[in-house]
Amino acid sequence: MSDKLKLSDLNSILKDLDVESLEGVTIEGDIELDIQGGGGMNPAMAYALGHEAAQISLHVANIARMLGYPVDQLFAQCLGAGGETAALQAEPAIEELMQAKFDVARSSEWNTPIQEVTLGATSADGGSRGHTITLGGEKAMPFYFDAEMPNRNYVTMDVFDMPISMAKSVKSNYEDVMGDPAEWAKKVVNEYNADMVTIHLISTDPLINDTPAKEAAKVVEDVLQAVNVPIVIGGSGNPQKDPEVLEKAAEVAEGERALLASASLNLDYERVAKAATDYGHAVLSWTQLEINAQKELNRKLMKQCNVPRDSIVMDPTTAALGYGLDYAYSNMERIRLSALMGDDELNFPMSSGTTNAWGARESWMKESPLKEDSDWGPREYRGPIWEIVTGLSLALAGNDMFMMMHPTSVQVLKEITQTLYGNIEAKTPDITNWITAEV
Amino acid sequence: MKINSPLDAYKYLPGTNCGRCGEDTCMAFASHLIDRSKSAEDCLPMVEEDKYAKKLEELEKLLAPEIREVTIGTGEKSVTIGGDDVLFRHKLTFFNKTAYAYDVTDTMDDKELEERINTIQTFKKFYVGEFLTLDMVAVRCVSGKPETFADTVKKVIGLTELPLVLCSFDTAVLKAALEVAADKKPLMYAANQENWKEVAGLAKEYEVPVTLFTPNDLDLLKSMAKTFAEMGIEELVLDPGTFPTGKEMKTTFENFLKIRRAGIGGDGEVAYPIMAVPLTAWMAYDDDVSASYWETVVASVLTVKYGDIMIMHSIEPYALLPEMHLRDTIYTDPRKPVTVDPGVWEVGSPTADSPIIVTTNFALTYYTVESDISSNKIDCYIVVADTEGIGVEAAVAGGQLTADKIKKTLENAKFDLKEKTSYNTVILPGLSARLQGDVEDKVGSKVLIGPADSGRLPGWLEKNWPPQDK
Repeated sequence: MSDKLKLSDLNSILKDLDVESLEGVTIEGDIELDIQGGGGMNPAMAYALGHEAAQISLHVANIARMLGYPVDQLFAQCLGAGGETAALQAEPAIEELMQAKFDVARSSEWNTPIQEVTLGATSADGGSRGHTITLGGEKAMPFYFDAEMPNRNYVTMDVFDMPISMAKSVKSNYEDVMGDPAEWAKKVVNEYNADMVTIHLISTDPLINDTPAKEAAKVVEDVLQAVNVPIVIGGSGNPQKDPEVLEKAAEVAEGERALLASASLNLDYERVAKAATDYGHAVLSWTQLEINAQKELNRKLMKQCNVPRDSIVMDPTTAALGYGLDYAYSNMERIRLSALMGDDELNFPMSSGTTNAWGARESWMKESPLKEDSDWGPREYRGPIWEIVTGLSLALAGNDMFMMMHPTSVQVLKEITQTLYGNIEAKTPDITNWITAEV
Repeated sequence: MKINSPLDAYKYLPGTNCGRCGEDTCMAFASHLIDRSKSAEDCLPMVEEDKYAKKLEELEKLLAPEIREVTIGTGEKSVTIGGDDVLFRHKLTFFNKTAYAYDVTDTMDDKELEERINTIQTFKKFYVGEFLTLDMVAVRCVSGKPETFADTVKKVIGLTELPLVLCSFDTAVLKAALEVAADKKPLMYAANQENWKEVAGLAKEYEVPVTLFTPNDLDLLKSMAKTFAEMGIEELVLDPGTFPTGKEMKTTFENFLKIRRAGIGGDGEVAYPIMAVPLTAWMAYDDDVSASYWETVVASVLTVKYGDIMIMHSIEPYALLPEMHLRDTIYTDPRKPVTVDPGVWEVGSPTADSPIIVTTNFALTYYTVESDISSNKIDCYIVVADTEGIGVEAAVAGGQLTADKIKKTLENAKFDLKEKTSYNTVILPGLSARLQGDVEDKVGSKVLIGPADSGRLPGWLEKNWPPQDK
């Protein structure tokens, strides 16, 4: 296509139209026309060019008409409907959208559902819980369209058997119940909508109060009396003492199908596993950010300790946002993918100690210790969102159950995970014109 | 990338092992091509010698990432988005972290505009040796007037070097803004079902990348992307709509998954970066804190799963900090070592009277401790024990941080406490208090228990160092 239309071109066009000559005729004004670019022409530009071209044609036609030539008749014959000369036609702009159908396959690799584990037992099953909770059962990555997710995520809130130090914005919610685990448990269930309660028997640690296991077990009984949700029973984290503490606690909670936290490779996991199988509980298999260690421990629990598959939940360790969450996230994602693809040593629901988010200084420190940082803003808002984002990212990696502390965090995490689960009815805004929204 | 083994790439290389790329062999270079730590152009013979030109072109085609890269802005602050090859970060790594844009409008007065832009461009947070920052400014046309919008865009350009997103569905408004901003290569937002023809014209005319917006209509999105590509416009960003709540949000999440799975799976017609607009959370919540929280939550979900660029409203630190950290979490290269070398390291210019602080070789722990100390200009020794890259609390629980490990670290570094220091005292992290007795016995030194968080070390040292009994 020629880039410039000059009078000489018009001449030759006119020649095609059998006009013999324009000699002796002068056209006033400069009608040199630049046509930029060779690719697709934008519609506004094409319109403008068309307009110009038409003007020129008219101009020239008028000359021809002056010369007595039957211009109109000729135009109708030679140029057809377009009305523009061939030399002026732009590369055709696309007038209609090209048809396309979006399609993507469901995953064919995920052919093994995650083991379902039920916690809590109602009177029908010899327990006293008001309801049970079932974890696991997924046939796809969480919230994916490949297969429906059978069970939603659940939150178990932390209760301690003694007052402990905690971030100010967490503590302010529990000051009235800190000395009474049963009241504390009631508060998280009745006021903060906890699905479950975790009673941490931390006072049993020989380096703290060294509370005897038998005495600690009474606290478990109190909590079982106070609330009727399924419970998790946690030790102090002392590997020497925990097996004994969990044994006694398992005994008093017999028939309630609690989750014993935890069996790990650094303690006598056989005793913890036996306590679970003897008294009908499930066991939390806890390893530290290492997929092979997780396989090893699960294998030992199944093969060596005869823990049934429906009684194992994993805690592959939660590192807080900004403090190794990248490892925790990918560790869980890898575990879940392997499980869905058939690794039966990893095919169990997962639990996250999301409370670890409160160890991140961003969640509790009044301000940044570094002068170079921008202002961190009020910690009252920073803390809960730190716990939410830590948990939420792990929900997307495949985590099923969250151990949490702050009531706001629990509320928001439940809202977003159940939204993705498809459980939340809400009138969503019309976003068609979001650009002009007043926010 | 269409190939996945170094052998596949090796076939295209000269095979001369000339070493000019910095690798000893062409095979070693090939493996770096596959893990994307080097690009074909790093092979200088292939670039310089005509006889390799065709192979270079073929190789580059094979190595191109599945998801097209789009660059917005010019100069140092420009951002590149897209470029991914995998659906899960542990399979390789995610490339080009999600670009975070925060909005301003053309109805803000000058003062508000300036303050907001300054917050966006100066916000920073120290993390593992560097600062996390924000990337872009999205200018929304609320006035509906082309001149007003163009005027605001001009002001924004005067205030910041950050790349821009120009937001309007009105092509006259977009045109007016492009007249003043096109040379900054902003991202145009957006073409939709009604205006796509005119917007395509503008994208061609001004040579800027453009977003396609088709709320919850993937057929239309694909159809538009295909049409634009046919017209030669390939710097595209796809926005399938961000519905912030309810069942529609679930659908939004699924749309992101579907687009990316199709793109990585080889459907080139939708293999473009994806845009999320968590700002829509502000249309669902009235009070600022709830809206900010929900916006952060929506942004988090779509940062983890495949959002390449997003527009947000809240510039409250409690929204920005978790957003920036989560993005860093997802885009950190999982192949990079997580540890620093164990040993005894100096911070500042320590003397025999300086404190000796024990920590782990987990990179994050080390850098946190190091920055807390150095930013307060404290001279000291840091004893970095080899905990296999595990942080203090977990390493104590898991047996990776023990008295033996600390002793071994000192021995390997030939750092004799009695000889080199005045007080024969080490400071253990607060979270490892239970090691105190063991360390006293095995290392043969006195032990002080420091604070649980190294941010409190400066204040703690003021009170506790030098130790009372020499």
